[in-house]
Amino acid sequence: MPEPMLSLAGVNTHIAQYHILHGVDLEVPRGSLTMLLGRNGAGKTTCLRTIMGLWRASAGSLRIDGQDTTRVPTPEVAQLGVAYVPENMGIFAGLTVRENVLLAARAGEPDAKRLEWIFGLFPAMQKFWSSVAGNLSGGQKQMLAVARAIVEPRKLLLVDEPTKGLAPAIIANMVEAFRELKRTDTTLLVVEQNFNFARSLGDRVAVMDSGRIVHTGRMDALAADAGLQTKLLGLSLDTHQ
Amino acid sequence: MALALVPVIALASLPLVGSLPTWVTLTVAGLAMGMMIFMMASGLTLVFGLMDVLNFAHGIFIAVGAYGAASVLTRMSAQMQAESLASDLTAMVPAVLAAIALAGVLGWFFERVLIRPVYGDHLKQILITMGGLIVFEQLIHVVWGPDIIPLPRPGTITGSFILGEAAIERYRVLAVIVGLAVFAAMWLLLNRTRIGLLVRAGVENPEMVESLGYRIKRLFVGVFVAGSGLAGLGGAMWAMYQEQVNAQMGAQVLVMIFIVVIIGGLGSVGGCFIGALLVGLLANYTGYLAPKLALGSNILLMVLVLLWRPRGLFPIGKA
Amino acid sequence: MLHRLLSADFPRSRVLTAVLIVILVGLAAAPFIFPGTRSLNVAAKVAVFVLLVASYDLLLGYTGIVSFAHTMFFGIGGYGVGIAMAKLGPGWGALALGIVAALALSLAIALAIGLLSLRVRAIFFAMITLAVASFFQILASQMSPLTGGEDGLSFRLPELLRGRLVAYYVVFGVALAAFLALLRVVNSPFGRVLLSIRENEFRSEAIGYRIVTYRTVANCLAALGATVAGILYAIWLRYTGPDTTLSFSIMIDILLMVVIGGMGTMYGSVLGATLFVVAQNYLQDLMKLASDGLAGIPLLPNLLHPDRWLLWLGVLFILCVYYFPTGIVGRLRK
Repeated sequence: MPEPMLSLAGVNTHIAQYHILHGVDLEVPRGSLTMLLGRNGAGKTTCLRTIMGLWRASAGSLRIDGQDTTRVPTPEVAQLGVAYVPENMGIFAGLTVRENVLLAARAGEPDAKRLEWIFGLFPAMQKFWSSVAGNLSGGQKQMLAVARAIVEPRKLLLVDEPTKGLAPAIIANMVEAFRELKRTDTTLLVVEQNFNFARSLGDRVAVMDSGRIVHTGRMDALAADAGLQTKLLGLSLDTHQ
Repeated sequence: MALALVPVIALASLPLVGSLPTWVTLTVAGLAMGMMIFMMASGLTLVFGLMDVLNFAHGIFIAVGAYGAASVLTRMSAQMQAESLASDLTAMVPAVLAAIALAGVLGWFFERVLIRPVYGDHLKQILITMGGLIVFEQLIHVVWGPDIIPLPRPGTITGSFILGEAAIERYRVLAVIVGLAVFAAMWLLLNRTRIGLLVRAGVENPEMVESLGYRIKRLFVGVFVAGSGLAGLGGAMWAMYQEQVNAQMGAQVLVMIFIVVIIGGLGSVGGCFIGALLVGLLANYTGYLAPKLALGSNILLMVLVLLWRPRGLFPIGKA
Repeated sequence: MLHRLLSADFPRSRVLTAVLIVILVGLAAAPFIFPGTRSLNVAAKVAVFVLLVASYDLLLGYTGIVSFAHTMFFGIGGYGVGIAMAKLGPGWGALALGIVAALALSLAIALAIGLLSLRVRAIFFAMITLAVASFFQILASQMSPLTGGEDGLSFRLPELLRGRLVAYYVVFGVALAAFLALLRVVNSPFGRVLLSIRENEFRSEAIGYRIVTYRTVANCLAALGATVAGILYAIWLRYTGPDTTLSFSIMIDILLMVVIGGMGTMYGSVLGATLFVVAQNYLQDLMKLASDGLAGIPLLPNLLHPDRWLLWLGVLFILCVYYFPTGIVGRLRK
């Protein structure tokens, strides 16, 4: 079995006095889309930030694509081919949409064909290409955030709640975009609260609670087991929208 | 809308001042002062916006620039008597370059030795930069002596020329030209280059810039040095304007610079430009209309602006 | 009884205790131990500045706030007495009026500053206090009919206070009492909450302490302390002016004293103030000797020139911020 794209072993993270991650063990296989679920405050965002190097793991080890990244600073983690879409989207409100994308293209200008592909995923982006990013609606900002993360091919995508606060039509657009992404070589780790979104896209699922991974497995297995869903997520799939 | 403030205040003062020629003189004086303040303040706002560092010793770069320029100019008094623009420039250009270089080197030292160890700790930052202020102000005295050094102005830019009935000082026109050039250069750098893009993004959200793969901390030193160099330039211009140099120069204008930076919005170069012009104009108009009010006028301006826009005229949306 | 007097906050170091006792005795018996006006001036100044710096330590060391408005409150105290004595004549009623007015004004301004700006970030707060203090300085120098402008106000005191001995013991006694009061404040439950806020803002807020309230109260107490120091200084000098109270260099001096002495220790201000004022008056003589002795060498005599004594204190200050945040007192207690 090829080595997983991402593996965490016994990762602990402390923020000031608060002990948030209590020994996280997680493996994300190459090319898969893994959904990271869990209640609010379970530590999902902390997990992503630790992987990205924004917060340093106080114990345990992190490996990305075979390299130990436990003590590696954020810019170098990104240069390994990791892209991060944070919960607040992290777009630069003072820059135009074009400038946002330009910045994300480390090679300089974004590849024309790649841009075309992105416009195919998010047709609306062409319209507001020259607009100042701060003037966009929530859905448009989210599209920009994802577009930025994929403007160049990346090995690993970390996405934090891509559908948060979005209208159903935009969520549908997101689902399509992510389905397209799955067809590329990218490995994805996506934090989600929307179980439908998670179920329709995820190959694998990991559930967090109180800073630990309490369940990993295939998504279709979890989706079929309503009892397990209630136990892990506190709600059954129908209400967890 | 805030952009309109400058012409609005300028035009509103016209009826108050009464006579057009006086108004022209005052306006040019105000714009010139504003330009020099802008040069001195722009580095501070950019450093604060990008690195979240407030350097209370910023005035030292101004003073060092002034002293550096003075050292060069006093050695080139021959060139300055020659009554030709070219000859004067051969004295002034090296003086200004010396000012920028000296202030820039000092800035590098500051960032590396004093500030880098205390990133993120605002309390320690304030204390350390105050310490830097104390030590370096004394060091200026050690190197250049405790006295005020008089600075002769080069021949071709002393005096005024007459436009209609208004007397316009040549030096002030020069200051406005230099200030505009600096602003234009900064604008181009920030808006048309990749580094400028990084700086603008970094002011908003440094974490995200790192997540995109850029080592933003390397940018910090560069911006800090550029900011101190600019302050040195402002100091040199200011010294030539005052026709003297003294070690307290930086401290004297520091409050005014802070006010300009707050009015403009921390991190915004455009805001700093507008704020500086407003402060300069206001100081000159009130200096003529209500001299007792003049010194406190910029503080009152700051209060008014903050009541209208609590984060300054052009705040950067911080993540 | 000592326990209650010092609010259970003992020096906790033999050397420190010895030094403090020496300073206390020196100040208490100054008119008799050190003859001459100069030394008595030094002693009075030490007493005043101990109070001024200790009140600043409450703000900086215990609450974790940097404010540049402290000299403004110092000045309000001085001008309160000065204006009252100069305009209303040297009577006890006028003096009382001046004192009460100064304290009230300081309290009002401290409250306003606290409520309006303690919510903002430390750096913003520091800049705002700088602007406010600067404004006050401009006011004082511009309103010459009232404040005497740049020249300040010279005045006479009520009959009883005109004697140097009485004046000195009033200054010393009040300063000592105020210092002990501050010691009581920082060792009270209020003081402990301040420390916990300084250590961990998040948790304190989560537990339920309204941070802005505590900081505002600390700001007010510190302001009052500085005002009392200003009142005492004016009584001693029989003069008030922008140079003796409002200038930024005094603010810098306070910072030097509190950091070198030791932030958050109270006793640090005693050490810092004594060290500073004594050095200011006597070290310079020593440096002049050294500087003259090195006359031929380039640069070195400049570095040791008596006017450059601040340079060395500044270096010491920076070293303290990096390596000895609890200053001399902290080192002695180790």
